[in-house]
Amino acid sequence: MSSNENDTAQERRQYITFLATGQEFAADIMTIREIRGWTDTTALPHVPDYVRGVINLRGMVLPVIDLKARLGLGMTEATVKHVIIVVNSGDRTIGLLVDAVSDILTVSRQEIQSVPDVMRETQNDYVEGIAVLDGRMITLLSMTKLTSSFSGADDMFVENAA
Amino acid sequence: MGKTILTVDDSRTMRDMLRLALSGAGHTVIQADDGVHGVEVLEKAGVVDVIITDINMPRMDGYGFIEHVRRGSANKMTPILVLTTESEPAKKMRARDAGATGWIVKPFDPEKLLAAIRRVSP
Amino acid sequence: MDPMEAIKQTYFQECDELLLAMEEGLIAMESGEADSETINAVFRAVHSIKGGGGAFGFEILVGFSHVFETAMDLVRSGKLDPTPDVVKVLLRAGDKLSDHVTAARNGGSDAVDDAEVKAELAKLTGEDPEDAGAPAPADFEGLAFAPVMIDIGDEEPAAPPCPIWHVRFAPHAGLYAKANEPYLLIRELGMLGPIEVTADLSKLPDLSALEPDQAYFAWNVALKDCPDRTKVEEVFEFVSGDCDLEITEEKVEAAAPAAFAISAPGLPSLDDDDEPAAAPVAEAQPEEKKAAAPAAAQAAPTTVDLIKQTIRVDLDKVDRLVNLVGELVITQAMLSQRILDSVQQGQTVSAGLGELEHLLRELQEAVMAIRTQPVKSVFQRMPRLVRETAAQTGKEVRLEIEGETTEVDKTVIERLGEPLTHMIRNAVDHGLETPAERVAAGKPAEGTVKLSAEHRGGRIIIEVADDGRGINRSKVREKAIERGLISPNANLSDEEIDNLIFLPGFSTAATVSNISGRGVGLDVVRRNIMDLGGRITIGSANGKGSKFSLTLPLTLAVLDGMIVAVGEQTFVLPLSHIIESLLPKSADVKAFGSNGMLLNVRGVYVPLVSVGRLLRVPGAKYDLANSVVILVESEGVGRMALAVDAIVGQRQVVIKSFESNIGHIDGIAAATILGDGRVALILDIDGLVAGCREGTGGRPTEYQQALGA
Repeated sequence: MSSNENDTAQERRQYITFLATGQEFAADIMTIREIRGWTDTTALPHVPDYVRGVINLRGMVLPVIDLKARLGLGMTEATVKHVIIVVNSGDRTIGLLVDAVSDILTVSRQEIQSVPDVMRETQNDYVEGIAVLDGRMITLLSMTKLTSSFSGADDMFVENAA
Repeated sequence: MGKTILTVDDSRTMRDMLRLALSGAGHTVIQADDGVHGVEVLEKAGVVDVIITDINMPRMDGYGFIEHVRRGSANKMTPILVLTTESEPAKKMRARDAGATGWIVKPFDPEKLLAAIRRVSP
Repeated sequence: MDPMEAIKQTYFQECDELLLAMEEGLIAMESGEADSETINAVFRAVHSIKGGGGAFGFEILVGFSHVFETAMDLVRSGKLDPTPDVVKVLLRAGDKLSDHVTAARNGGSDAVDDAEVKAELAKLTGEDPEDAGAPAPADFEGLAFAPVMIDIGDEEPAAPPCPIWHVRFAPHAGLYAKANEPYLLIRELGMLGPIEVTADLSKLPDLSALEPDQAYFAWNVALKDCPDRTKVEEVFEFVSGDCDLEITEEKVEAAAPAAFAISAPGLPSLDDDDEPAAAPVAEAQPEEKKAAAPAAAQAAPTTVDLIKQTIRVDLDKVDRLVNLVGELVITQAMLSQRILDSVQQGQTVSAGLGELEHLLRELQEAVMAIRTQPVKSVFQRMPRLVRETAAQTGKEVRLEIEGETTEVDKTVIERLGEPLTHMIRNAVDHGLETPAERVAAGKPAEGTVKLSAEHRGGRIIIEVADDGRGINRSKVREKAIERGLISPNANLSDEEIDNLIFLPGFSTAATVSNISGRGVGLDVVRRNIMDLGGRITIGSANGKGSKFSLTLPLTLAVLDGMIVAVGEQTFVLPLSHIIESLLPKSADVKAFGSNGMLLNVRGVYVPLVSVGRLLRVPGAKYDLANSVVILVESEGVGRMALAVDAIVGQRQVVIKSFESNIGHIDGIAAATILGDGRVALILDIDGLVAGCREGTGGRPTEYQQALGA
């Protein structure tokens, strides 16, 4: 997205911001289907730790990804206060476990900075850019990249499989 | 000026083509799958402006259908065009003897079809 | 979509249906059961394929279907006797026609070699095969009609001076009886050029003598500026024979033409009357006036799509309905569990819930039924397959089909074709003997393959039986030993030996033929069937034949499963893979290899695997001896024992795939949602077995253990 030539500096988008590991993240509001409270998951075998399992979302079997674990920062201790953001991107729908949802923001292109090179690579893959608003630093995540990283499930799971 | 036209053909492809050509020219198209169905449809629809019918059909073929219509239905005087790939004089003669007004040889192009209709209906 | 493109789609769909109807009819003719309507239906099918093909310019297809149609027309009209030899040619022509349709569908790139069949057809019809082979026979192009029937307003001013055409036109009564209309014909003439019309009323009798359905008028029309006599004749094409028509030509000098006045002198104004004799009115600008008919027609609704008995439904819509009902079932289950948990005195509530459950089950069945189709669509491809395989192998085969109206889910039908094809080929190629061998064995030279389908106990049973030589058990056994699939001293029942042919890589043919061979064996068939949640077995009697039996679920949307508890989780095992469940004594469990386990099941050692350990289920017990063991059968390794904590029950579950959201996971087939709203995973037995294979050593040993070495 950051390299999309059609984006103008003035183009504004809405983002939902949420908290995980004390950091503030944001995702394009168009990719968010709904937000719901944490429910216990059914664990899946042979998957990496950050895949917390699956839940029943009105008849759909939804995999839940622990954002904190996905970013390599350890497992979330999920409680009733935690939320699952249901993300719909491409053909894929997944749940994203985060600490809390905080805000809806409108951000223009020119307010988004590119990612500093020094950031960890695992994070870097999903980061669209960084926005600084009112002194807060918000990491914009690309939901497309985050969800598509589960498509190649086979090779992804091999590393952690029994 | 749109006419109400009944087409009777057992082939879905042909029905679709007739519908496309006729409704494209502003006509109202009623369709039936075979002779028996055609008779049923005419009973409901009343008098139509033109009837176009295939010859080879299950249950009741085109000849039977034409004879039935001519034998004293409300559409006794309705022009009937026979639609067929068979151009042999014998088949045409038989259709005429049954009471067909004219014929159209398949494959037809829409112009040919509309010209034939014009020739039998004001 | 371009409307013509959409119609083309319809055409090919229709072709598929017509080809099936055609083949069905031809087969009835072959068995001598065809009545004249059946033969007519075959003719019509070929005729309609030709007709539509012409509209899309599929000339090769049209050329072939024309020859075929001609032959069918002779049969239909009784001029050609449908002897077995004739029907054989017609059947082959049917196969070729089907190839032509496929070629046309694929854009005509793949040429169909039809010369031989065409020549045979031509022999039947007495037509010259060369003529017959012409892509567009004369009677398609331009016979009855010149390319353009009427040139509207095409008045070419230049060119040599046109003659004046004097047309004398005297309709007979029959012209009116066929709803032809002199006025329209004169109007057509007027479109060819300026006309002068005079009505000849001399034959008109006194009113008292006037017969309303007789014809009394005649017209003289002088037409200018029309160079072509045929165009004038064409106007009267429909009415020739129903009128006296004279067309005479008056040569004109190149000098300036006289102006033509158009009038209809002496014509009585009776145009409101709808008697035929009164209708004609010739005017320069004919009034656009409908005959009596339209008033009534306009009273009818403008779009009259009547009497449809079937609907075509987008499969997606049905799927959505199926999903919704599935969810409804889940909600109901959830609801009843919660109510029963919280309400102690829930007598009346539970009665109501019982009713709801009953209703929902019925609704679910009804919705599922929308998706079902007769197996006919698959079965109908088999006669051709048998004919072709018989021809390739030099065998004489009769195919008997039974129960083709048996209905099963569309998805099952779609995936049935391949295994069925394989089984039928196998029956003809390996099952049946050559005619000489059969005669030597005292059997009729013609072998029989019987394909049947029926519903039994909520499943569909499909059988492929042949009356061939049966399975040569000693040869099968020999081969299995040779390949290391069983140990030389294995003690196997006849049934067990027969079923060895389903093991991967097993092939009984001395040489792998290109009929059944093709690099895939019956193991693949078996895998396909098991993927569908079905089972396949074979029975055989030496010298009398073999029989494949296939049992399949009626739908893929639900699954009969055994619900088991492992640690904190609940899993579903497909019932189709389960042989039995047992409570083993600890003495029956033996350590094997580094960390493998074997379970002694009545003297047979079977690999024993803990589901909890294999899937690393949170909270799972690893105490194998105190577990419940479920004996399952897998296509790859044969039998194995799965240890779980407890069996919860048996239930039909709605299958929910999650692969699109997370990808494939080894050992898990899909998920379902239980009564408490939680997700339970459906185990993929084959995947599980493959997963633990790495831990427990080589295949051959396992086969030996599994099969009871």
